[in-house]
Amino acid sequence: MTTTPFRIGFLPLVDAALPILAREFGFAEAEGIALELVRDMSWATVNDRLLYGHSDAAHLLAPLAIATTLGLGRPATPLSVPFVLGLNGNAITLRPDLAAQVTAVGAPGDVAAIGARLAIVAQAARARGTPLRFGVVHRYSSHNHMLRYWLIGCGIDPDRDVSIVTVAPPFAADALAAGEIDGICVGEPWNSVAVDRGVGVIVAVTSQIWLRGVEKVLAMRTARMEEDPDLTHRLLRALYRAGVAFVDPARREEIAAILAGPDYLDGSATLIGHAISDRIVFAQGADPIDVPDFMFQHREAANFPWISQAAWLYAQMCIAGHAAPNPAGYEAAQRVFRPDVYRAALRPLGVPLPGASSKLEGGIAGSLGVGTTQGRLILGADRFFDARSFDPADLTGYLGGFEA
Amino acid sequence: MRIAIVDESAARAAVIEEGLRDAGLNDVTTFVDRRGIAARLEALSPDVVLINLANPHRDELEELFALSKAMARPVAMFVDQSDVAGIEAAIDAGVSAYVVDGLKKERIRPILELAIRRFRAYSRLRTELDEARSALAERKAIDEAKALLMKKRGIDEPAAYAALRKAAMDSGRRIGDVADAIVTANRLMGDL
Repeated sequence: MTTTPFRIGFLPLVDAALPILAREFGFAEAEGIALELVRDMSWATVNDRLLYGHSDAAHLLAPLAIATTLGLGRPATPLSVPFVLGLNGNAITLRPDLAAQVTAVGAPGDVAAIGARLAIVAQAARARGTPLRFGVVHRYSSHNHMLRYWLIGCGIDPDRDVSIVTVAPPFAADALAAGEIDGICVGEPWNSVAVDRGVGVIVAVTSQIWLRGVEKVLAMRTARMEEDPDLTHRLLRALYRAGVAFVDPARREEIAAILAGPDYLDGSATLIGHAISDRIVFAQGADPIDVPDFMFQHREAANFPWISQAAWLYAQMCIAGHAAPNPAGYEAAQRVFRPDVYRAALRPLGVPLPGASSKLEGGIAGSLGVGTTQGRLILGADRFFDARSFDPADLTGYLGGFEA
Repeated sequence: MRIAIVDESAARAAVIEEGLRDAGLNDVTTFVDRRGIAARLEALSPDVVLINLANPHRDELEELFALSKAMARPVAMFVDQSDVAGIEAAIDAGVSAYVVDGLKKERIRPILELAIRRFRAYSRLRTELDEARSALAERKAIDEAKALLMKKRGIDEPAAYAALRKAAMDSGRRIGDVADAIVTANRLMGDL
């Protein structure tokens, strides 16, 4: 069988795991794909390479795929997301002295109560003329939206009471150490690196803000995806098998060692191992704590691109002022997520495929069996910390709920 | 036309700046240190920002471009997306650019082409320099290995070189690598 060369751009993050494992475990090769991975240090570079053909696909921030399609900050290029690379997996890390004022350092707490205490500190800092500064990894990132959602829900105006700046993940710990920021929302292993260096304390994981919230995605130029559907399908099957391997507890050490390699995350296998086994060290010297819902790379159809999740992100982009809500933009944003391609690719594997393409986000309290076109599928709770839910059919009503 | 060059390599930035100045573009400012760059860029308010593609701080700059009230908003790469070949050449050369919306393509294009040529020239220089450096290091290792062989085996220089060449051919390695191995082994073993 001849193999087709295929390049995927990525940033050194734990949730780049599935493309890396698809290559390292030979799943891509078995599908006739010679997978090459291209590491960069900024999302702008990953996106440029994708848009101008240096890469065929990218490990990308879900909101950035939508922003690029909508033409925010650059000429519009339609991108498609046929596969989600993970849910959750990020955390909010504060300077140790600030963390001590808002949480019991070293253990997870009630994020609403932590946020309420943070609101008092933030108001005092603002009154002193030195508002708190938070870092997020990109303007168009779920990190930005999760942080903003949490702040708003705790009575903190993310634009007036605090300032939010962009800090690339590999510089998170340095920025905390240098006092450039008071806190950051970033993916692993960069929270753990800050904790390990004693320059940060994890106060919340993003699954506490929106459980099973969409994170990185596999993005492709729509034209590239559609010109060779068979290749796209083979790639998705390789990624799916990488997901199966990822959740096998017997392979965790091996996977941590692969991800830690110099061509990938070039970091500590121990810290990466904590993230992939959902065991989080919240503060320097504390014992790892089991956070069973820290990140999802496979189970419960985590890779399924729910259109309602793209819709939720568009709603957050409207609330943040990135986009002005309009029906055409909303439609274009939702079309970025392609459950039809996911189903077509994975149908031959006989794996559970959700029958619906959209759901009420935040509407599942416990575990729920859902309709499928094949297989049996149970979805876990997907609650938002403020108990709000998002109905993609009522964007206007949802946005109205955020007006002061 | 006001141009800003953002590059963590001072040498490469200088090569590009020189090229722009040679072309009669004199309003050029180079930023090497990222600290305080946001405020300085805003004060400068450039029409074009040239930046190395892989610069790790591009996301911070893009945020600045999206938010700045003081600066006309530059957008990524080109005003005109139809210039696909131009964009691909830029990406291949490792250049990225942000251009204030509304600037005419005819005015941007020569600047970008120049930046691309300079980026390429710089990479070529670097490659040549690296090659010259490694050739020099290899020469040194071969001389040292020959001297060791002559001393330990009591042979003359042509014989020592022939021995090195034969060992390299037999093991399918480069002669410089064999010499390097001899020198390293000698350092480890001392006068055993």
